[in-house]
Amino acid sequence: MSQVHLRDSDFEPIQIDQKEAEKIAGQSTSYWKDAWRRFRKNKLALAGIVIIILLAFMALFGETISGQNYRDNDLMNANKPPSAEHWFGTDNLGRDIFARTWYGAKISLFIGLMASLIDLIIGVIWGAVAGFFGGKVDEYMMRIADVLYSVPYLLVVILLMVVMKQGLWTLIIAMTITGWINMARIVRGQVMQLRSEEYVMASKSLGASDFRLLFKHLVPNTMGPIIVTLTLTIPSAIFTEAFLSYLGLGVPAPKASWGTMSSDALASFQYYPYQLFFPAFFICLTMLAFNIVGDGLRDALDPKERK
Amino acid sequence: MARYLLKKIGSIIVSLFIIITITFILMKIAPGGPFTSERKTSPAIEKQMMEAYGLNDPIHEQYFDYLIKAAKFDFGPSFKYDGQEVTDIIKRSLPYSLILGAEAIFIALAFGVLLGVIAAIRHNKFADYTAMIIAVLGISVPSFIMATILQYIFAIKLQALPIARFESFAHTILPAVALATTPLAFIARLMRSSMLEVLSADYIKTAKSKGLSERVVTYKHALRNAMLPIVSYMGPLVVSVLTGSFVIEKIFGIPGLGNEFVVSVTNRDYTVIMGTTVFFSVLLLVSILVVDLIYGLVDPRIKVTSQEAGK
Repeated sequence: MSQVHLRDSDFEPIQIDQKEAEKIAGQSTSYWKDAWRRFRKNKLALAGIVIIILLAFMALFGETISGQNYRDNDLMNANKPPSAEHWFGTDNLGRDIFARTWYGAKISLFIGLMASLIDLIIGVIWGAVAGFFGGKVDEYMMRIADVLYSVPYLLVVILLMVVMKQGLWTLIIAMTITGWINMARIVRGQVMQLRSEEYVMASKSLGASDFRLLFKHLVPNTMGPIIVTLTLTIPSAIFTEAFLSYLGLGVPAPKASWGTMSSDALASFQYYPYQLFFPAFFICLTMLAFNIVGDGLRDALDPKERK
Repeated sequence: MARYLLKKIGSIIVSLFIIITITFILMKIAPGGPFTSERKTSPAIEKQMMEAYGLNDPIHEQYFDYLIKAAKFDFGPSFKYDGQEVTDIIKRSLPYSLILGAEAIFIALAFGVLLGVIAAIRHNKFADYTAMIIAVLGISVPSFIMATILQYIFAIKLQALPIARFESFAHTILPAVALATTPLAFIARLMRSSMLEVLSADYIKTAKSKGLSERVVTYKHALRNAMLPIVSYMGPLVVSVLTGSFVIEKIFGIPGLGNEFVVSVTNRDYTVIMGTTVFFSVLLLVSILVVDLIYGLVDPRIKVTSQEAGK
């Protein structure tokens, strides 16, 4: 048995530095940094972001790349399949489908973004106010929303399109008139959950106004669900636009959207399938991209999903 | 229970009243009279027609008239088709839509649940990824594009199924599948997440530790409980099939209610638009009520009465 050498110094107390123990070893991350870290791991969602950026770029600049424009018709060159001159071919009036596709992208994306943004603004305010004040205010506000919600969304939009003059903004207004309800419900639920949190009470006892409590404390803390809902509203708005165009209630000519383009191509799609293929393909691609980004954001922003 | 039912029916009636009022106002402010057409009718005839349809009465009288008649399910005559009542149009076209809708709901439920269960059991394996890719694609491909793709593949290229019309069972397959695509994808995703949640529950562990076979645990214990969210999805499912029928029936040339609605919209046939809108709303509100009641039956944890308290 070997001898254990003990020294006096072994019996001295270790100095525990209280300050050292309190020090945070890891780098502090904010909610958004953490979410981004999780989102970055999701390769599919990143691909979705790249697709959206490319689509947005082409919507802004793609129209003129091929040297054609969206409205010149050339009846001698009608219904030509894709070629070096007309990259996506021409339609029944001899208009260049490549230019029209990207012009249509502009309109479709604009409608999708605008409708979703308006939904966001109305929905957030309505939902936050209802959830924050609760009681009678909440009951009446949500009752109104419930009644509006009980009529199918597309039915309302179609009815409004019948009544109003056809146009780009008409379409957007018709889509937002009941479209905000979904957002309002989500925000209301979140705000109701959050309003009894300590930080809200602290702010209240410091004399913060209701307005400040709502828009400085509550709404920013519901940003996660709001952003997810927003990204998932965009594809549904693009879908609605295409759906309405299919019924002949879309943007009037000479404006074109992916919906009106595929609707026009439908009549002759047995003979000229490429005329339908391009707009239909980009509708699907855009919806796909937004859907996977939305899913990715939901996984990244929802702390319950944390692994 | 009876009180709950009464309250629900009351709120349905309130909703319907508001819907009828709003559609009435919308149709009144719509541009162009019901008899505006390319062929100019003489003012005398137009006046007589307005008189015959009661369009010269003061607006509030017209409104109450419509309200009372709507309560009796009488939506008046069509403005475009002589001698046709809106009710007749609905009666004539409803069976087509019902058959198509029932088939679509069946397809969406059967395959959606199947896909979701497979994905959950093979969690994070190849089958899971495949099923979820199918689901995301299903959500991203709009039904009318799906319809055209199906027509192209199965009717034009393979000549396996009829391309349009509604004559036999074979005619209904393509439109029903097209109609089912989006809800099918939603159900698959819903089923997967609910099944995953249930599979990690304590009672599943108990069942497994009792020595029950994997099959009994999955299909008898887990599946039944995981189905609950699907029941609550029935409402949106009905909506989706109903509104989807607008384009699908048009593409496949089926004389159903959805197609009738679209035709009335393009014709500006106001009485038919209003009648079908009100009818759709009734259909929808009632089916949502039925789903609510079924939900209370299949899930004993939810007492129908306690839902009111928890609001």
